[in-house]
Amino acid sequence: MNAAASNNQMQAIKVKHKGFLRTLCSQWQMALMSVPVLLYVLLFNYFPLRGWIAAFEDYNPKLGFYGSNFVGLKNFKDLFGLGELPPEEFLLSIRNTLAMSVINLVFGTVSSILLAVLLNEVRKTLFKRTVQTVTYLPHFLSMVIVVGMAQNIFASGGPINDLLAQLGLIKEPVFWLGEGRYFWWLVGVINVWKEVGWNTIIYVSAMTSIDPCLYEAAAIDGAGRFGKIMHVTLPGIKSTFIILLIMNIGHLLEAGFEIQYLLGNVKVMDYSRTIDIYVLDYGISAQKYGLAIAAGMFKSVVAIFLLLSANFVARRLDENTLI
Amino acid sequence: MVVQSVNRPSKGFRRRDWLFPIVNALLLTLLMFITLYPVINTVAYSFNDGTDAVRGHIGLLPRKWSLKSYQSILSDANVFHAAYISVVKTIITTVLNLLVTGMLSFTLSRREYVLRKLITTLLVLTMYVNAGLIPNYLLISKTLNLRNTFWVYIIPTMFSCFNMIVIRTYIAGLPDALVESARIDGAGDFRVYWQIIFPLCKPVLATVALFVAVGSWNSWFDTHLYCGTEKDLYTLQYLLKMKLATTNQSANAAKSTAEALKSTTNTTPVTIRCAITVISAVPILVVYPFLQRYFVTGMALGSVKG
Repeated sequence: MNAAASNNQMQAIKVKHKGFLRTLCSQWQMALMSVPVLLYVLLFNYFPLRGWIAAFEDYNPKLGFYGSNFVGLKNFKDLFGLGELPPEEFLLSIRNTLAMSVINLVFGTVSSILLAVLLNEVRKTLFKRTVQTVTYLPHFLSMVIVVGMAQNIFASGGPINDLLAQLGLIKEPVFWLGEGRYFWWLVGVINVWKEVGWNTIIYVSAMTSIDPCLYEAAAIDGAGRFGKIMHVTLPGIKSTFIILLIMNIGHLLEAGFEIQYLLGNVKVMDYSRTIDIYVLDYGISAQKYGLAIAAGMFKSVVAIFLLLSANFVARRLDENTLI
Repeated sequence: MVVQSVNRPSKGFRRRDWLFPIVNALLLTLLMFITLYPVINTVAYSFNDGTDAVRGHIGLLPRKWSLKSYQSILSDANVFHAAYISVVKTIITTVLNLLVTGMLSFTLSRREYVLRKLITTLLVLTMYVNAGLIPNYLLISKTLNLRNTFWVYIIPTMFSCFNMIVIRTYIAGLPDALVESARIDGAGDFRVYWQIIFPLCKPVLATVALFVAVGSWNSWFDTHLYCGTEKDLYTLQYLLKMKLATTNQSANAAKSTAEALKSTTNTTPVTIRCAITVISAVPILVVYPFLQRYFVTGMALGSVKG
């Protein structure tokens, strides 16, 4: 064992002379630690890709992926309303996904940068630490818990309605959870509540790496607190902001799924149904596997395209690439 | 810290500068209040009398104290069993994840490992290529036949690429000489990992353990998808999700409180649901403040380098 494993670095240099297999044999311990995971990933992440065949089939679980009837692009035609099914549902789910993604992206980014700037201005370490501890907390609560809380908070006799009534803004309680037009904004607000603290972590760490000399120079040039924020702090987090923005654009079709599934109900379905929920409704509940897999495949392919273009843009702008 | 001390303006530079810290502190206090309000509100509901709670308008304190919800939960064998399943699944998932991901990250941080490039590429690609819900569902429930078994909680969640990147980044920051000298002394790779690298990785492993444990504890969709008909495998979060569904329906069906009162019995789902919420959130709330200093560094590492 010792002879084989000792001084692997020397062996790595000699790879070309010794051959791939012999080096691998000498690294059998590392192979034992990593190859099982590779097999696991091949099974759980790559093997299911063969399911995409079913997007072009009238898939029947009994006949399997290779035995079902081939129907060409019928499933895709159905999705986009060129076939027998009414077109609204899938297009609506794309609209909802994009709307909630964009709202989440804008609300989430603005709120977390704002909070990070405010935190950065706090001088008392204990207070800063307390605010951080408290605002990170909702990130660790499950979506089931958060939606349960939201149902209490936005109930007709809940604190939001009470507050608005006391301020004289409304006369009758508003049914926040029962009306479609509020749904996207509710999801946005709840997501901000849950994640705003957590999302500041990366911005705050970017801010602490800003060179203090810049603040001194700005002070000498007569910049006040606001001036320093505008001309030192915000430019200092610009590259982090751009990288995160691009990464999020790559995930534009991931509007979340749990919150819409848990918070939604029959009344708001036209606004709450995302692509994922559409897939779930058709695939698991209605057992129209072919159609659901086609929808899922559409989403995955568009997502890969978005990610690759996001990565391309990032590469153009900066050395930091995402893949 | 350095930034903050430099940030302090020289005396008399700006006269109105006392105002901003106060406004800032007020804003942040308001934010903490908004963050904590729903949590405290839920606790208040859970300690309130069930019938009374249907009227709503409960703020930070219960209106009519009652321990009935907790009594009825604690006498419910289903809740205990669900909590047991949740705990066991969380522990096994976390231990397995750390075991697998730790060793894997070590090998992928070694430049001389011949399979490093291949394995890294294939693993990182999984963060971008996803077969989708239905193919995965068919694999797990039909091909592997894990439906209605306990293993459906463990096996599909044994590895996550993000955690691998976090740990690998950390290991890459350790001096190479540690590994080299151990190898010269004749240690094999298993020994190098377990005796040299593993003890040094405790902070990052604590971070990953927290992420995995919270993820496992909080998940409900796996139960919903694969174990919906197997009552023995219900988790705490899934019980909660079912209570959510029933209260949601009754809240929608009943427009007025009078109707809601009529349709509910002595202890309403609202207070019971809040009590289960409290019970299922307590473990996380107890553990997380202690791990905070670890995960902040881990998070920053993972997101910057990932």
